[in-house]
Amino acid sequence: MKIAVCVKQVPDTWAEKALKAADSTLDRDAADGVMNELDEYAVEEALKLTEAHGGEVVVVTMGPERAGETVRKALSMGADSGVHLVDETLHGSDALATSYALAEVLKDRGFDLVMFGSESTDARMSVVPAMVAERLGIAQLTFAQKVEVSGPTVTIQRATETGYDTVEAQTPAVVSVVEKINEPRYPSFKGIMAAKKKPVETLSVSDAGLDAARLGLSAAWSQVEDFAARPPKAAGTIVVDEGDGGAKLAGFLAEQKFI
Amino acid sequence: MTQAPQTPFALFDIDHLLSEEERAIRDVVREFVDSEIRPHIADWFESGSIPARELARDLGSLGVLGMHLEGYGCQGTSAVAYGLACLELEAGDSGIRSLVSVQGSLAMHAIRAFGSEEQKQDWLPRMATGEAIGCFGLTEADFGSNPSGMRTSARRDGDDWVLDGSKMWITNGSVADVAVVWARTDDGIRGFVVPTQTPGFRANEIHKKMSLRASVTSELVLDGVRLPADAVLPGVVGLRGPLSCLGEARFGIVFGTLGAARDSLQTAIDYSISREQFDKPIAAFQLTQKKLADMALELGKGMLLALHLGRLKDEHLIRPEQVSVGKLNNARESLAIARECRSILGGNGITLEYPVIRHMNNLESVLTYEGTNEMHTLVVGQALTGIAAYR
Ligand SMILES: Cc1cc2nc3c(=O)[nH]c(=O)nc-3n(C[C@H](O)[C@H](O)[C@H](O)COP(=O)(O)OP(=O)(O)OC[C@H]3O[C@@H](n4cnc5c(N)ncnc54)[C@H](O)[C@@H]3O)c2cc1C
Repeated sequence: MKIAVCVKQVPDTWAEKALKAADSTLDRDAADGVMNELDEYAVEEALKLTEAHGGEVVVVTMGPERAGETVRKALSMGADSGVHLVDETLHGSDALATSYALAEVLKDRGFDLVMFGSESTDARMSVVPAMVAERLGIAQLTFAQKVEVSGPTVTIQRATETGYDTVEAQTPAVVSVVEKINEPRYPSFKGIMAAKKKPVETLSVSDAGLDAARLGLSAAWSQVEDFAARPPKAAGTIVVDEGDGGAKLAGFLAEQKFI
Repeated sequence: MTQAPQTPFALFDIDHLLSEEERAIRDVVREFVDSEIRPHIADWFESGSIPARELARDLGSLGVLGMHLEGYGCQGTSAVAYGLACLELEAGDSGIRSLVSVQGSLAMHAIRAFGSEEQKQDWLPRMATGEAIGCFGLTEADFGSNPSGMRTSARRDGDDWVLDGSKMWITNGSVADVAVVWARTDDGIRGFVVPTQTPGFRANEIHKKMSLRASVTSELVLDGVRLPADAVLPGVVGLRGPLSCLGEARFGIVFGTLGAARDSLQTAIDYSISREQFDKPIAAFQLTQKKLADMALELGKGMLLALHLGRLKDEHLIRPEQVSVGKLNNARESLAIARECRSILGGNGITLEYPVIRHMNNLESVLTYEGTNEMHTLVVGQALTGIAAYR
C-alpha cells in the first residue's frame, strides 16, 4: 500500500501568534515551527497501516524552506520519503490554492491513500482534505477516529457529535483523522539519525507544473482587510459572599444571559 | 516599557550551536519528560519511591539507555546528543537522570568497554531496552573519594571467583538485575558482572534521604558470592577501569546539572513576572533582575562550556581534567542557581508545588557524587601546577 500523508508546519501551539503588518499573513518567524499536531496522528496511522499491510509512506508538505524540518520529523517517526513543495509564489495561498497545489503534486503518483490531520491549528478550516479529494476526483473519508483497510476497501469510523458513522470507500481515497484515532509515537533516536539519509524531493512551482496565477496571496479568494490584537483580558468580577453569594451568582449569570 | 521575555538559552542563541538532528533528539526527550515525568515527579520525590521497572522500560523505548554506545541494541548517537538528553532528563529530575547515567555510562559502558563478547551479548541489548537494570558498585562506606583503598575482595577458588565485602551509596542497587562490582584481587582492582540473583548478594535500600528522593540508593552486601571464571571483566585491571566509566558519567552530568538549573531559573523568571508585591511584579525590582541576570550568565556560560566539551568528546580529544572542569563548574553553578531561585519564590519556594527546592536538594548529591567538588578542584589544581594535592 502506498500512502501519502500531507503535513503542515504551524507555529507552536502555545506560542502567541501574530500577523505581519505588511501583508496580513501569519508571521512564521515570530514562533517556533512544529508539525501540526493532528498531522502527527495521520503520520502515526499511516505508519501503522503500512506496518500491518506492507507498503510505503511518503510525507508531502507545502511550505517555506523551514517546513523541511516538519518533513524530517515525519521521516524520523518512520516515513520513507518526502516531497517538499517550496516556492516564493506559494506565500499567502488560501485553502483553494493549497488544495490545487497539493492535488497536482499528489496526482499520478499512485497513492492508495492520501491522509491528513482533520484541521490545522493555525487556519482551522478543515476544508483542505475535502478539497483535495474533490480535485483528485476520489472518495473522502474525513474525521476518522478509526481506519481499517481490507484489500481495496477502506472503512472508517467518522467521529460525529453524538457518536460515529461507519463510512466505506474504495481506494484511492482521502482520509482525514481526528486525535482519538491513536497515540503518535516519539521519533526514535535511530529514526532521527536515519531521517537525514532518506530522500526528500524538493519541488518548485514550475517543477510541479503549477499555474502560478492560481497561487499565493494575490490569487486568494478572500482578503484580510484589517486586524487588531485581542484586547487584554478585562478584570474579572468578584462576588463577595455575605450570606447571599448564591443569589448574587445567579443574578450575575442571568444578567450575562448564561441562565 | 515591556517586551516579550526571552529564555536564558535564547539570550545566548544556544540553538544556533546545535544541528537539526541534535535539536530533534533534544525535543523528543523534552516531550517525554513533559508527559511522563513532570506530572508525577513531585509525588515520587515526596514518597521517596519511583516505579523503577516501568520507568526503565519507558526510558528504554525512548532510546536513552546507553544511547551513545555503538552496537548491541544501542543507538550510537553523538556525545553532544547524549549530553542534551541528560540535560532534558535532569530538567525533570536529577534522580531520573541518575538512573540513566548509571545504567548507560557506568554499568553498560563498563561492559561495552571491558566486557567479553558473551557479556556484551548477554547484557547490553536487554539493558538498552530497560528490560534489565544495572548498577555500579565502586564506593564503600569507608572509601569514597579514595576508592583505591577499597576492601571488597575477589579471590580465586578453583576456576570460580568468590566476592566478599560491601558497597555503599549505590544508585539503582535494590532494583538492579546486574551489578558491575569492583573488587581487589591479587592482580589489582578488577570488575565483575554480578547477576543480583546470585546467592550471597543482597541490596538494602537507603532511606531517610533529603536529596535524590526520586532515585533508588542502596548498600550492596556481598557475602561469599560465588561467580564463574567468566564473570570477570577481561578488558581492564586497575583503577583505570572504574575511573574511565566515571569519566563517561561525569560528562553527562556536565550537561545534566544545567537542566536542573534551567528549570529552576525559568520557574523563577515566570514566577517573578507574575508575583506582585508593592503593586508591581517582583521582576520589576532591580535586585530581582540582578539575580536573574547573574544566573542567566552562569547558565549560558555553563552551556557554552558543556557544548565545547561535547564537541571535543565527539572528536575523541577530551581529557579527564577537562571533564573535571565541566563537572566542577556546572554542578557548583547549577546548585548556586537553584538556591538563588529558591529565594525568588519566597515561601512558595519551599514546597514541591514548584520544582526549585527539589532541584536544589538533588544538586547537593550531584555536587558530591561522581567526584566531589573538592576532588575536581584538586584535579584542576594538579593540571595547573603539576602537583597532586590530594594525598
Ligand atoms: C545519591 C548518591 C548516589 C551515589 N551513587 C553511587 C553509585 O551508583 N556508585 C558508586 O560507586 N558510588 C555512588 N555514590 C558515592 C559517591 O561517589 C561518593 O559519595 C563520593 O565519591 C564521596 O565519597 P564519600 O561520600 O565517602 O565522601 P568522602 O570521600 O568521605 O568525602 C567527604 C568530604 O571530604 C572531602 N575530601 C575527601 N578527600 C579529600 C582530599 N584529599 N582533599 C580535600 N577534600 C577531601 C570531600 O570532598 C568531601 O567534601 C553515590 C552517592 C550519593 C550521595
